[in-house]
Amino acid sequence: MSLTYLEAIREAQYEALNTRPEVFLYGQDIGTFGGAFKATKGLSKEFPGRVIDSPISEDAMVGVAIGAAIEGARPILEMQFADFSSVGFNQIVNQAGTLFWRTQTPCPITIRLPSGGTPGSGPFHSQSMESIYAHYPGLVIVTPATVDDAYWMLLDSVDLDDPVIFCEHKFLYYHLKADALGGRGLPIGKARIVRPGRHATVVAYSAMVHEALRAADELALDGYQIEVVDLRSVKPLDTETLLGSIARTGRILCVGESFPWGGVTAEVVARITAEAFHLLDAPPMRLNSKDTPIPYHPNLWKAHRPTVTTITESLKHLLRY
Amino acid sequence: MTTLEVADADWTPEFGRKYMAAFQVMQRARLMENKIGALYRSGGQVVGGVYLGRGQEAFSGGLGVQLQKGKDIYAPLIRDQAGRVAFGEEELDFFRTYLGAAPGPMRGRDGNIHRGRPKEGLLAMISHLGSMVSVVAGCLLARRMAGRLGDAVGATSIGDGGTSTGAFHEALNLAAVEKLPLIVSVANNQFAYSTPNDRQFACETLVDRAKGYGVRGWSVDATDLAQCLKTFEAAVAEARAGGGPQLVEGCLLRLSGHGEHDDAAYVPDAIRHSRLGQDCLLRAEKQIVARGLASESEIEQWAARVQKEIDAVVVQVAREPRPDPYRERWEAFSVRGMVEGFAE
Ligand SMILES: Cc1ncc(C[n+]2csc(CCOP(=O)(O)OP(=O)(O)O)c2C)c(N)n1
Repeated sequence: MSLTYLEAIREAQYEALNTRPEVFLYGQDIGTFGGAFKATKGLSKEFPGRVIDSPISEDAMVGVAIGAAIEGARPILEMQFADFSSVGFNQIVNQAGTLFWRTQTPCPITIRLPSGGTPGSGPFHSQSMESIYAHYPGLVIVTPATVDDAYWMLLDSVDLDDPVIFCEHKFLYYHLKADALGGRGLPIGKARIVRPGRHATVVAYSAMVHEALRAADELALDGYQIEVVDLRSVKPLDTETLLGSIARTGRILCVGESFPWGGVTAEVVARITAEAFHLLDAPPMRLNSKDTPIPYHPNLWKAHRPTVTTITESLKHLLRY
Repeated sequence: MTTLEVADADWTPEFGRKYMAAFQVMQRARLMENKIGALYRSGGQVVGGVYLGRGQEAFSGGLGVQLQKGKDIYAPLIRDQAGRVAFGEEELDFFRTYLGAAPGPMRGRDGNIHRGRPKEGLLAMISHLGSMVSVVAGCLLARRMAGRLGDAVGATSIGDGGTSTGAFHEALNLAAVEKLPLIVSVANNQFAYSTPNDRQFACETLVDRAKGYGVRGWSVDATDLAQCLKTFEAAVAEARAGGGPQLVEGCLLRLSGHGEHDDAAYVPDAIRHSRLGQDCLLRAEKQIVARGLASESEIEQWAARVQKEIDAVVVQVAREPRPDPYRERWEAFSVRGMVEGFAE
């Protein structure tokens, strides 16, 4: 049975509801309607009273999830779009992120963020927010790039006793398909080498993994073997695996879809520079979207985010150094 | 809470003229939206989604015709095409934005309903619901501080769902404290996307909240243009006269999906066939004919004329250039030189 990235997310929520009575789902239009993207399709019928439509109140939605977690529940929240989580930002970073540290009370909530750009979506339905949340202590940030990871990492997130920001990429929802679900993969916090190589490493996560793989294909035609590492979670960040890769290739490019000021790619470059300077044959590079809001028109949108073309160009630059 | 009934005595020649003007606004909005809906379904031209205000024209336009561009501030929301037409937004802005033409006010950077011309008092909504109310309040506050508010008002609208945001609450409370001339129209169309009102709020009517905020509340049957006109005229006049914020709730039904991608199968037939589900445009048309203000064939002629204009605009916009990433100024700052280079 083949399934899409989106179906994997639905299946994982089914599994979580089915196996853990403490799990419930909360979000706008997720009940009978099945969610704006249909990630909860049919679940309210199968689990009556546990898949609940919320008012349009992101701040209160996160607060309610935190309260429920204090009482032993393990809620999964759906934000209709990642972009609207900014309205719940205070509760996420100041309440969820600090709870355990201040009180020794765990906060096992999972907040699903339908993230990233798709053509024609514009500045408020396209954002990638992993960097902004990763900046705050106390939050785990996962960014699955494959169907298997979407499934297993969502279940792992629910099992984790800490708040997880689950960044699922909308561009992968329907595009990405697997023939069947694989077995449980690596744990949260472990990166995966998706494609081994010798000449340079591309570090990516979420939808950018697939752009990076295509860039690696292109450069293979020129005889370069590009290693592609999928971070899988950006916090914790698996520095170990990155260092191993650098030791093999000596060159690194980190690609992320979020804005270029700071963030995940900057963190990767900072760590590599500090810890593996002696292994580098070229200055580490990073590639992000442009430093403007995300444009609506596809002509602009395609030029705003990293693509196979710009990744390939950056890699050529890196290889020439 | 005030509900104004419209009696025969209200139908003065003056009121009839206003009614006809508002009807023409509604008709134009409906035809523009029908066109964009058709273009969306035929594919290829519209960039992104399409969000219509079908069924909400009387309520939206009824407010819009009370406002004066150049003097008042208006922050339309998702279903306010009629209000936009009334306020004087050009058809070109609508089609250029939906079709992503470079010469439009948003230049392909933002789309569909997220358009506006803030310098002309027409604010450009962000998606985050509830966020525009305080911005309108800020415009009014600044004008008052600068001593140039005069009897201008600011108006914005929101859906039943948007009233559940903290932003809505904070802004209305703030505006009440400042006693600002703000009109907030709440288009209670019974659903927020798929979510029915009983999952959205527990008060009997949304206008009940006016008392809690300490503002004047009004309630209208939003499928009835006459009542919308009479109520908004009174509410806007009160705000202009220094009566502070006005909360106007209109009850109706969205006669389209949330967006054109949505078939709204979750709306029960019982509601569709109730009074709420009446089409305000058809109701107004019947009223006009019944009162002898115009004949059916005159109404059809107006529609045909507007349709021609719309088709011509679409032909023009289709030929216009689309944004070019190589000529785009990739800067989010207004001040030159603030942009940093990011090494790639
Ligand atoms: C803060 C926020 N959360 C979620 C959304 C996603 N969203 C867009 S429109 C909508 C429903 C709005 O319903 P309502 O306010 O009743 O207006 P209507 O569409 O019925 O006119 C939702 C949930 C949003 N735009 N902003």
